[in-house]
Amino acid sequence: MNQLAVEIPYWGQSLLRVVGGLVVVLLPAGGIVYLFLFKMMSFMQSRLGPMEAGPYGSMQLLAEVGKWMQKEDLAPANADKTIYKMAPLIVLLSTFLLIAVVPFGPDAWFTNFETGVFYALAVASVSVLGILVAGWSSANKYSLLGGLRAGGQLIAYELPMVLATLGVVIQAGSMNMNDIVVAQNNGEIFGFGGVGNPFVITQFVGFLIFMIAVQAELTQSPFDMPIAESELVSGYMTEYSGFRFLIFFIAEFATAGVFAFIASVLFLGGWGVPFDWFGWNTLDDVDNWMNVVGPLIMFGKMFLLVGIIMWVRFSYPRFREDQLQTFAWKLLIPLALANTAVTAILKVAF
Amino acid sequence: MTMTDRQQLSYIASQAADARLNVELETEGMTLNIGPQHPATHGTLRIICRLDGEQVIWAEPVAGYMHRGYEKLTEVRTFPQVTSLVNRIDWLGSFANEVPFILAAEKLMEIEAPPRAQVIRTILFELSRIANVSLFLGDLGVQMGAITPVFLAFRDREYVLNLIEGATGGRFHPNFDRIGGLKDDLPKGWIDETRTVVKKLMDFCDTIEDLLFGNEIFQSRMRGIGIIPADIAKDYGLSGANLRASGVDWDLRRDQDLPMAWDKADWKVWTHPDGDSWARCWIRLQETRESCKIVEQLLDQIPAGPIMTKVPRIIKVPEGEAWVSTENPLGEMGYYVVSKGGLGPFRVKIRSASFNNISIVPWALKGVYVPDIITILASLYFILGDIDR
Amino acid sequence: MAPLSDDTVTQDGDAAAQAALPGDGLREGIVDALRAAIGEGLVDTHLSPNDDLWVRVSTDAWRATGEALKAAGFTYFCFLSAIDWMPSPYGTGEVDPDDGPLEIDPTIVQGVTGGETRMQVFARVTDISRHVGVTIKADVPDPAEGTSPVMDSWSSLYAGANWHERECHEMFGIGFNGHPDLRNMYLPTEFEGFPLRKDFPLLARMVKPWPGIVDVEPMPEVEEEAPAADAEVATEGDAS
Repeated sequence: MNQLAVEIPYWGQSLLRVVGGLVVVLLPAGGIVYLFLFKMMSFMQSRLGPMEAGPYGSMQLLAEVGKWMQKEDLAPANADKTIYKMAPLIVLLSTFLLIAVVPFGPDAWFTNFETGVFYALAVASVSVLGILVAGWSSANKYSLLGGLRAGGQLIAYELPMVLATLGVVIQAGSMNMNDIVVAQNNGEIFGFGGVGNPFVITQFVGFLIFMIAVQAELTQSPFDMPIAESELVSGYMTEYSGFRFLIFFIAEFATAGVFAFIASVLFLGGWGVPFDWFGWNTLDDVDNWMNVVGPLIMFGKMFLLVGIIMWVRFSYPRFREDQLQTFAWKLLIPLALANTAVTAILKVAF
Repeated sequence: MTMTDRQQLSYIASQAADARLNVELETEGMTLNIGPQHPATHGTLRIICRLDGEQVIWAEPVAGYMHRGYEKLTEVRTFPQVTSLVNRIDWLGSFANEVPFILAAEKLMEIEAPPRAQVIRTILFELSRIANVSLFLGDLGVQMGAITPVFLAFRDREYVLNLIEGATGGRFHPNFDRIGGLKDDLPKGWIDETRTVVKKLMDFCDTIEDLLFGNEIFQSRMRGIGIIPADIAKDYGLSGANLRASGVDWDLRRDQDLPMAWDKADWKVWTHPDGDSWARCWIRLQETRESCKIVEQLLDQIPAGPIMTKVPRIIKVPEGEAWVSTENPLGEMGYYVVSKGGLGPFRVKIRSASFNNISIVPWALKGVYVPDIITILASLYFILGDIDR
Repeated sequence: MAPLSDDTVTQDGDAAAQAALPGDGLREGIVDALRAAIGEGLVDTHLSPNDDLWVRVSTDAWRATGEALKAAGFTYFCFLSAIDWMPSPYGTGEVDPDDGPLEIDPTIVQGVTGGETRMQVFARVTDISRHVGVTIKADVPDPAEGTSPVMDSWSSLYAGANWHERECHEMFGIGFNGHPDLRNMYLPTEFEGFPLRKDFPLLARMVKPWPGIVDVEPMPEVEEEAPAADAEVATEGDAS
């Protein structure tokens, strides 16, 4: 911050962070919904998708939000009302907490924890609470089944996610997100620094496991058993209507965006460009313009990753609950453990 | 009754679950109502399940939300009017519903449609099978969370519906079959159009095979699930692809003599030894292809000649009883027609395929998991109008 | 029904089964076997050569018939239902109600293979290996006033009969001894009456006569005195 021309007072910085947080949560959510849910899915299914609201239906999301806002905020008679109404907020809260550690540039971050990765993985599981609570308090058997399935699934897939991240942390030698970005862009592949050393190359197995776990954490197809609209109607969201459903909806896609941000930080070099290009060596060398370009790079990578997530979502049928657990515990976790062990050994060896 | 190992295991599991719930914990299993308004029942079927965790201990389908009383209604209709009722039974393959009734009436009157009408009937029959089953193939994905195939199915089924509309004037309820022949001849250009559409449908089958049947998740959800052995299938009167998937080589198009043109084409009756959900779906995929082949071959063989035989303007069907069943998209669809020599039938017993196909549900669902309910129901393939009539 | 013409093409199914396709001998053999199994229980048969077979058995032999047929290879259960042979006292909607009161002949005439009672149950089972089906009928004894007629159940014999008997019970009021669960399938539990019995009025039709009865008016270009005029005949096809 010392290089900024104007000194921003503390309240100003806080305000900037709040506005920035809203932007990086809501903008991807809207973008993802329009670009992938509306347009890419329609393209895959040989139809046009929304075309009426705005040019090429670009205002469709606003229309939908308007519709949802007008709907009555219903709660089932037997529901535990307080908790029932809180649940979507808990889920959204986890999204906002998660974005706090993601760096968008050398100085464009919300908070710069030394243990950012740890924090991110910890708050990512807050959403499980919201989902469980939503399923339980709805007083609906479908919701209950969905909530319990979600609980089991999210916990099962948190482990491979943590273990996949471990490889990156070992290789970067830090749990600070910015350090991980620097480590990748400053790195060299056998002495060649032209592309840096994005961990997606060395940690390819970790990247795959991470993306699969993200898919499951987001309860996207093929891991959408908790929602399973053809079976549990909508799982834990069955009873929600109006803006509370909207919050779940936003949280779903915003979380997809945030996880993609985190994945791009951990594996794709985050906001940075290979430092070799401009002769930078450390974080302090990085020019100030990266604070503007960095977020753009991040958004690009985010949309790329979310595109993959959505592509899979629109193509695959879903696993059964037990198959999904088997997949996590018998395949992903051992694989992630092996990946961690190999990384650690190689790290010590070189 | 012989049981497969898996059925036996799940039976033991359900017994154990019963004991556990009722004796040790003194709790009842959760009762889950699937339907009548539920996305997986595509209509208004209700399934009451008792669950232990996610395992079904006991399941009972409740039909009848759509009962329209066609058997009673036919008694106050004249014979030609009945077709407009019965083509609403299985509304996805309406033309196929008309055929066995008309054949039964013709059998009582001892007349037969002219060869040209027989061939066109068969073509339309198979087209309605394609329209019906292609939707099933797309819908399979939706039941399992893959949302894309169903749109492809709707897109390609549209071509078939256009053809049916072109020939008959009705997309869903053609009401085109007449006692003694057909209402009209084919329109100009219809045959060429059909050739291209059949090719599109063959492509559609390939797409679905790639997209769904080749998918590992789809296979793991379908294989070994909902196994129905052949003797139990016959016991319940399962028919159509459900029966052939249990390894029973029985297709009414091939195995009985009807004044239709199936024997003029070269095609194959597919069976599968497994009897599981996968087999049922796979058989239907193959049958769609065979139907395309039948249509393609018969298009070259439409003879010249009239499309109506000589029938009196006011049709009185002689006294007698006749049973005619055909291999409809959903299975064996038959009409037991009793005539007293009047203008209308005295009694019509409508044997619809889904009624029997769904009656096996309590047996088939015992011991499965909740997600498998959906795949088993989807693979048994019912249409509500066909259950309730 | 006339048999198919000579150009019948044999399918690629097994030709032997095709060659042995239902002949008279086959169906007569079935009748003989059934007579051997149930003896006096077999009341009447009707055989339509190369086509179909009806067998009427006595009420008491209904279940035994099922057992005998299943043992004889008729393992495929097709359907089970009932017929009320009483002519409907409300007519069939064929007559214009403006023409005066209906004249209904109340005599009960049973169909193929005869019968003695107002109601009959009939079922159809198929032998898949021999490609032959048989329709079995049995009289349902007319019950005493205020009680419902009762038959033996097939549900433990053919699992598929379960639902058919439920439907039959609901629609005709025929009870089935040994059926596990004769709940209504379609109608509300407290529904009174049996809709498919002929004395159950179809109220919708009685309130508003079916307009279809005027369907018999002559077509404009057809002479009045030619009711059996030839149907229009298409002389040309488009691409045959």
